[in-house]
Amino acid sequence: MTVPPEFGIRESDLTEMVVPSNLRSAKEPERRIVRAMVRNGYDPETTFGLKLALEEAMTNAVKHGNCNDPSKSVVVRYYVDPRRVVVMVRDEGCGFCPENVPDPTAEENLERPNGRGIMLMHSYTTRVCYNRTGNEVWMLKEKSPPPQPTR
Amino acid sequence: MEQPSSHLKIRRSDDFSLVEFADRKILEELSIQEIEEELTRLVEGQMGLKLVLNFKNVDHLSSAALSMLLKLNRRLEEQNGQLKLSDINRQIFEVFKITRLNRIFQIHDTVEDAIAGFGRV
Repeated sequence: MTVPPEFGIRESDLTEMVVPSNLRSAKEPERRIVRAMVRNGYDPETTFGLKLALEEAMTNAVKHGNCNDPSKSVVVRYYVDPRRVVVMVRDEGCGFCPENVPDPTAEENLERPNGRGIMLMHSYTTRVCYNRTGNEVWMLKEKSPPPQPTR
Repeated sequence: MEQPSSHLKIRRSDDFSLVEFADRKILEELSIQEIEEELTRLVEGQMGLKLVLNFKNVDHLSSAALSMLLKLNRRLEEQNGQLKLSDINRQIFEVFKITRLNRIFQIHDTVEDAIAGFGRV
């Protein structure tokens, strides 16, 4: 899948990293993206949100997509400018159907221990898209506009 | 009495146990399993245990941490115990609100409030 047109960037803008499929290696793309966000003037709240969404995507890729198989890899592509952050995470798994994941905030699911990662990715980013297979997720985080001065 | 632990600082009294996370990023995915094991050892067989988890050192949270907390809460309920959370910063509390888990957990502003809350149940 190529970068969704509504994300407003070109393929050539993206930086690609391939990391071994384990949770320790999965931290490296996070560190680089957070550093780039700080350089581009994002506030701690926005950085917190993107970091949380990315961690959920990486965890899903390592644990569910690649089934904790250390011989597999996770591909991360990212772009950061002062207005937006774009991140793609792809695993080697057979994918899933995001629509089939139960709503963790439904009353009957509230006490279920699992199933909140995807919901948090949606909550903390502007837009989330999957490829048809479901093994590649694209996330867009736009910088919040500054608060308007009160008159 | 304070007991040494790699991820948790545990203080036990006659009435309750107070647990603090030792590292700001302790609730990241990498450490969750170890924390869960430590907490399981703490509550195992402790019928009626009153436990406060102090989040004052925590500035990051993931769905894996929420899952761990839900399992701990259920375990304590099964043992007629109680779990209370305290000192959760605004960003972390937002995660509880978004997931609606602020309806499941008893969340207090301070440790003192949480401990006082045990007496009111």
